[in-house]
Amino acid sequence: MEIKVLGPGCAKCSEAEKIMQAAVEEAGVTATIEKVSDFQQIAKHGVFSTPAVVIDGQIKCVGKVPTKPEALGWIKGI
Amino acid sequence: MQPITSLKQHTPATPQSTPPLTSAAKIKYLLTGLAGIGLWFALYLQLHRLAELIAFSLLGMTPGTHLGEAMLFFFYDTPKVLMLLTLIVFGVGILRSFFTPERTRKILAGKRESVGNVLAALLGIVTPFCSCSAVPLFIGFVTAGVPLGVTFSFLISAPMVNEIALVLLYGLLGWKVAALYMGTGLLIAIVAGWIIGRLQMEHYIEDWVRELHINGVDIPDEQLSWTDRFNHGKTAVRDIVGRVWVYVVAGIAVGAGIHGFVPEGFMAQIMGKGAWWSVPAAVVIGIPMYSNAAGIVPVVQALLEKGAALGTVLAFMMSVIALSLPEMVILRKVLKPQLIAVFIGVVGTGIMLVGYLFNIII
Repeated sequence: MEIKVLGPGCAKCSEAEKIMQAAVEEAGVTATIEKVSDFQQIAKHGVFSTPAVVIDGQIKCVGKVPTKPEALGWIKGI
Repeated sequence: MQPITSLKQHTPATPQSTPPLTSAAKIKYLLTGLAGIGLWFALYLQLHRLAELIAFSLLGMTPGTHLGEAMLFFFYDTPKVLMLLTLIVFGVGILRSFFTPERTRKILAGKRESVGNVLAALLGIVTPFCSCSAVPLFIGFVTAGVPLGVTFSFLISAPMVNEIALVLLYGLLGWKVAALYMGTGLLIAIVAGWIIGRLQMEHYIEDWVRELHINGVDIPDEQLSWTDRFNHGKTAVRDIVGRVWVYVVAGIAVGAGIHGFVPEGFMAQIMGKGAWWSVPAAVVIGIPMYSNAAGIVPVVQALLEKGAALGTVLAFMMSVIALSLPEMVILRKVLKPQLIAVFIGVVGTGIMLVGYLFNIII
């Protein structure tokens, strides 16, 4: 599973990254988490409010920090 | 990028994907809400009495002394501002759950300039927006065909006219100053955006942004229930009040000190109406300073009280909030220096005019 957290690097973005990390550990799946902070890359995903979470190319949420249950739902749902 | 049509199945619209409310639950929410507001008002109206009780009876201060007045000021203003902040942030949190940057973009795309500028400035108030997403948002707006000037109206209004600034101005300086700030803030956002649009500076956007082809990714609207919206409000209170209360308390403590100890008219020489150069100076000093409204308003109040002119002080506050160096550095990634210079020039001039205007009429 390939998880991308899109965000230029403010407090909210790193919080989103932490939550995804914790969710991956809790779900016990193997996944790569990549932080994307380059504006050009973020824009190419079609996302313009950050933080955003993309899992295997699918945009899961934009403009907010996900909650852990949410994150778990996405990871297990695939 | 594949279209994300299947998003809804995977992601429940909301964390807990709450079922629609039953009418009994609705009534429960309504009653809880009313009881909460009633309790809030009952407490709010007693604050002055409570402050007197703490300052004079509990701490044994004498009314009329420097220290006593400073204490009274602190124990009255701190809970007052924090209570106002909690109520308004909660309300605005619910209001914002109706708006997303995606929805705002859809509304603004393809709008004519003048109407677009007004709409963008107004939507800037209610669209949830974190200052660090200014650049992605800029790209998103411009590539969706929102005119450059309209995008700027949004980017100017969103940080400047916000609920925290308005609550603090209302709580510490009264509704007239709050209304003036909101009105002139919106006006600057609308006019400055319109002027930037007239100057046709599209080619001063960085080339890679203009060459960017973004496939129509449609991010579906979330379906929110009222429970979710209430949770939005609660999260906003936890986030915002949790973050700014320190600044509020510190600001009011400084304000209380000035209130009790600095002589009347102390600031009149430097920031009074007579000093014409103080308005541009306030704007220039404000640019490198970066503070949020919560930290700046209590200081503003103290300055005003000691003889600073309202226009000068408002200009200072607007400059600190709307023109910040860190934001310029971030915007440089998508804008060429010429456009940033024009942005600072136009907005700075607008703020200066507002400052002079108030110094003349008030």
